[in-house]
Amino acid sequence: MQKYSIFNLVKNAFSNHQNWDLAWKDPAPKEEYDVVIIGGGGHGLATAYYLAKEHNITKVAIIEKGWIGGGNVGRNTTIIRSNYMHDENGLFSEFGMDLWRKMSQDLNYNVMFSPRGIINLAHSDAQMNAYARRGNSMRLNGIDAVLLNREQVKEIIPMADFSDNVRFPIFGGLMQPSAGTARHDAVAWGYARQADSMGVDIIQNCEVIGFDVSAGKINGIRTSRGNIKAKKVGLCVAGSTNILAEKLNMTLPIETHLLQACVSEPIKPVLDNVVTFGAGHFYVSQSDKGEMVMGGDLDGYNSYAQRGNLPTLQHVLTEGIAMMPFLSKLKMLRTWGGIMDMSMDGSPIIDKTHIEGLYLNCGWCYGGFKATPASGWTFAHTIAQDRVHELNAGYSLNRFSTGHLIDEKGLGTKTWIS
Amino acid sequence: MLYINCPHCGMRSQNEFSYGGDASVKRPELNKEVSDQEWDNFVYNRKSLRGKHLELWQHISGCRQWIKVERDTATHEIFRTFKADEEVA
Repeated sequence: MQKYSIFNLVKNAFSNHQNWDLAWKDPAPKEEYDVVIIGGGGHGLATAYYLAKEHNITKVAIIEKGWIGGGNVGRNTTIIRSNYMHDENGLFSEFGMDLWRKMSQDLNYNVMFSPRGIINLAHSDAQMNAYARRGNSMRLNGIDAVLLNREQVKEIIPMADFSDNVRFPIFGGLMQPSAGTARHDAVAWGYARQADSMGVDIIQNCEVIGFDVSAGKINGIRTSRGNIKAKKVGLCVAGSTNILAEKLNMTLPIETHLLQACVSEPIKPVLDNVVTFGAGHFYVSQSDKGEMVMGGDLDGYNSYAQRGNLPTLQHVLTEGIAMMPFLSKLKMLRTWGGIMDMSMDGSPIIDKTHIEGLYLNCGWCYGGFKATPASGWTFAHTIAQDRVHELNAGYSLNRFSTGHLIDEKGLGTKTWIS
Repeated sequence: MLYINCPHCGMRSQNEFSYGGDASVKRPELNKEVSDQEWDNFVYNRKSLRGKHLELWQHISGCRQWIKVERDTATHEIFRTFKADEEVA
């Protein structure tokens, strides 16, 4: 594989950049693999990369129905954070933060990781107390957290509404300074390029039609491009999890819902951080191109549409304008939607299944993008060793039966309520 | 914007309704032995498929009745609506 470096950039400039290697190949599916990963999104690509890098398993195929990075890794708001209260979520995400910090060097691909900090705004004394508690829990797990009062928040984001006559006055906020954003497409492409260079076959435009299971053991998959034998199969298909689960006669604690996001026209730098509204569900950051990147609630009913509905967008942006009135002056550039695998406690599932050799990675809800490296790393471990790592031991499939839920937001089983 | 034909009030916009989830889920009978698996299926496990989906909505800013709606989860086409106690064939 050609290394991306200043020297290679200069060298290739002499041939007008016509002779760069392809970043990844386009192989036809082979008859058999050690591991088949279904889903060529961020998590699937990262899983294949860590299988090769950490576990020396390179007879791996990624099977993708469309094109790699065309699902949620290309449809998110690029936020990276580990500001969780519960140990399972905090430790898992903070492990991921370490991988994010090293990712550009590790992948030899600039993922533009930008640790610009995230601020969750509080709008009542009770919310300040809850944030103090969450911040303390985070610090006990080694995650940076700073409780800000109203004046400190005003110093950082003076453009927010600090006037007296507002419905949800800003009391303060909880900041994780090490949180940030990254270039989402680069994450998919970086993982794909490295995985490919280590021998992983990235097979696009290949739909999984069925599974070959006998005597409680997986033997392979049936696809639109022929049958593929595999000793182990990993499911990494986010919002399409239920479709594949049905082919396996499994019913999961997952519902598929639509989440929208949008960007405004680009403007000059105004917002340095990621900021979330505490009296509803709205978050905003500014991209390197200057667009305000915004998102919030699910559309609110089961959906596979991958496109949004206006009432929800209107509701979300109303919250945004309540928080930062200047947003009302901006024109909207693009809106889009992705289909989320909403789990019944808001936390993911990375586990083995009752079928030997079949592994499950799903339930990412609102937080799939930031989990990409940690999800890939732990899923690769789970597949390679046939046992869960301590980092994803809490993300078990049977926790819903045993009562060991990880309900970070206390929302219960109504996944569409925010 | 969805338009939902409330069986009590007629065609109204989505803004008047709130969502209640999969309507095909049945609470286990309380007067008989219920296994953990049956409770799991009632509380947590959902098919949530692409295509026709029978779901509950409440006409919260209208007649406040719960209704059943048969909707396509990919196209959002609404085929039929029912009163909450109507059996769906």
